[in-house]
Amino acid sequence: MRILYGLYQPDEGEILLNGKPIRISSPRAALTYHIGMVHQHFRLVPTLSVAENMVLGLDEGTGPFLNYRQTHKKISQIAEKYGLVVDPQAKVWQLTVGQQQRVEILKALYRQADVLIMDEPTSVLTPQEVDQLFATLRTLVDDGLTIIFITHKLDEVMEISDRVTVLRKGKAIATVNTADTNKAELAKLMVGREVVFRLEKNPVKRGEKILAVDDLQALNDRGLPALRGVSFEVYEGEILGVAGVSGNGQRELAEVLTGLRRATGGHVTLEGKDVTNRSAREIADAGVAHVPTERKTMGTVPSMTIRENLILKSYRQPPFSHGMFLDNKAAEENARAAMKEYAILAPNIDTAVKVLSGGNIQRVVLARELSGDPRLIIAAHPTYGLDVGATEQVRQILLAQRDRGAGIVLISEDLEEIMTMSDRILVLFQGQVMGIIDAEGAQIERIGLMMAGTEEEKK
Amino acid sequence: MTAPNWLKIERRPVASGRTVFIISVLAILAALLVAAIFFAAYGISPIYAYYLILRGALGNMHGFSETIRRMIPLLLCGVGLTVAFRALFWNIGAEGQILMGAIAASGVALFSGLPGPLLLIAMFIAGFLAGAAWGLIPAALKAKLGLNDVITTLMLNYVAMYVVLWLVHGPWKGASMRGYAYTDMFPNAAQLPMIGSTSIHWPTLMLGFIAAVVMYILVNRTRSGFEIRVVGENPEASRFAGISQFKTTMLVMFISGGLAGFAGVGEVAGIYHRLLDPSQISMGYGFTAIIVAWLARKNPLAVIVTSFFFGILMAGGDVIKIQLRLPFQLINVFNGLIMFFLIGSELLIRYKISIRRR
Repeated sequence: MRILYGLYQPDEGEILLNGKPIRISSPRAALTYHIGMVHQHFRLVPTLSVAENMVLGLDEGTGPFLNYRQTHKKISQIAEKYGLVVDPQAKVWQLTVGQQQRVEILKALYRQADVLIMDEPTSVLTPQEVDQLFATLRTLVDDGLTIIFITHKLDEVMEISDRVTVLRKGKAIATVNTADTNKAELAKLMVGREVVFRLEKNPVKRGEKILAVDDLQALNDRGLPALRGVSFEVYEGEILGVAGVSGNGQRELAEVLTGLRRATGGHVTLEGKDVTNRSAREIADAGVAHVPTERKTMGTVPSMTIRENLILKSYRQPPFSHGMFLDNKAAEENARAAMKEYAILAPNIDTAVKVLSGGNIQRVVLARELSGDPRLIIAAHPTYGLDVGATEQVRQILLAQRDRGAGIVLISEDLEEIMTMSDRILVLFQGQVMGIIDAEGAQIERIGLMMAGTEEEKK
Repeated sequence: MTAPNWLKIERRPVASGRTVFIISVLAILAALLVAAIFFAAYGISPIYAYYLILRGALGNMHGFSETIRRMIPLLLCGVGLTVAFRALFWNIGAEGQILMGAIAASGVALFSGLPGPLLLIAMFIAGFLAGAAWGLIPAALKAKLGLNDVITTLMLNYVAMYVVLWLVHGPWKGASMRGYAYTDMFPNAAQLPMIGSTSIHWPTLMLGFIAAVVMYILVNRTRSGFEIRVVGENPEASRFAGISQFKTTMLVMFISGGLAGFAGVGEVAGIYHRLLDPSQISMGYGFTAIIVAWLARKNPLAVIVTSFFFGILMAGGDVIKIQLRLPFQLINVFNGLIMFFLIGSELLIRYKISIRRR
């Protein structure tokens, strides 16, 4: 898809547009072929207005001057036609994520796109916003646009698409009409084998209370309140799912619980001991594992080897070090065992982590974090960006940890994941708990409403 | 920006040691090629000039001794800088750390009254600590207040320079020196022994070799070295792993500043036997050492080779000045060009560029 938008160049093969071969050398060239793209991470300038973002990179207006009145008029016209209402004069940073996505779509339409590529467009939206987006996309298609919709989520494929192409390891495995297929068949094509959709899950065996969070408060990077009085408890042998639209305090919650961010109020109690604002090292030593959101920027040191990444947290203790010296032998043995146990695919233990696939990097992170049988596991988006096979493996690993008796806090924006994995579900909205419900029999609509800010009546 | 059609640019997963070596050598050759233009502009055959430089720096005992003399401070500073650069601390302040080391050593030599061999040992310890202290200032400023390390280390060079100037013009000005801005000569016990009649003060050279080996072991085999590499390769991951960035930054600058301080001790105790004008004490070793460390690709052991190479260049500067009657500053042109091509060559280490066949 990046090749289609001119960001990468193909090594071989050709692209046909309306039957004619074309070469797309840059995003600007894509523009001339009327190909537009909405990236997963938006390409907008937050400090500029909607209208300014529209004309960015375009040759418009007279000479060096821009004609905003004309731009505004054009935006309003397009917006009205497709029901994409946004204020052209609003600054992008003031808009919600859903609105920003609308701006991205508008931008493509403003550039007269006939083909619109959308990369995981629903990953940042609430269920209601997804419905809205789908309605918009349908009007666009009725109007004659072609939309390429890239997603990991099979439900969306079934709902929105007319035809589906399944990609696996850079190959188009199959293209089928959506009407002629079903989720199970698509999943089979994606992994090349049957996937158990309903995860085999043992009944929950709740043990002692491990974690108690009481009235927790914290600030985000910009110094604004991100957690506003969050309270919950986690028990041995259960998975507490934390649902919510991204940016509602999930990241800050994970960071406070693992000692990476200061709490400005409230308490975190781990097995009866107050660990509020202890250092990351102390909390890790107390038996808390952390599978962070950013595998490459936080969870690993990409330029270092698998062997070294596996001892990132335990290098200070025997057998990995004696006195001030590291024991490379012990680290090697550890790496060999971990590669076998977690089926990490790599040429050898001294391969730099950065050349591994996302799934294998996550296996390295899990192998390290789960060694030493942690009491509590904070897993943030553990399957984000992984293929179906790796996703399933990661989920099985976490379930095995749960059955072993670990308490797990599973933070995810993937509702399907939350629903299938969790024993209880906590919904965060603007740094507050909207409610904690049992996963058994929970309705997705109800969670969606809570994610959008409707508070659950206290039981 | 897009590459032309016939070029193919791919990300290299990991460049092998051989690839890095070949690319580094090519970068140096490219620099020498461009520098040849300057010789040609002076009407001198570049090949003849390079021959003279090589012969002057290595062809006889005097030249060789000059090369090693220049190599000593480059080796000490360069090794220290590899450690700092590993932790992603941009120490541009080795020059100032050399001067602080020189000041401390001079103070001990002139005023401590310590007897015999104890005196030299005390001078080295004081020099190390003074250089380290000078390095810890920007380390603390960065770790605690987030101040830019490039700016603070660079600026502290000038502070150190003026401290030396003030001392030699003011309170430490030697009684026997009449109009000159020198301190008194150090007592004999404060002068380093030489190899024969050369100006190679071997104790400092030994310290350089030892430092290279010890730092190699530190970086690659110890817990602290592991922390240094994690902090340097991915600061976010070091936070995640509970590694203290403050302690790590302070440690690398203690080492880096301290080794530069050793170099300062070597210059005053080995060559000049007094404190004098800052531009004479150091001649820009602290800056050249940045290129030395960079060329060694942050490997402390490789600094032994790269500092020797720059020793040749600096000794060759004398030849340029005396035999060709060209300005010594031409050497700075060399340094600049080598740095330029080295940084440019990073692209070749990260990407594989080949010609696309139709």
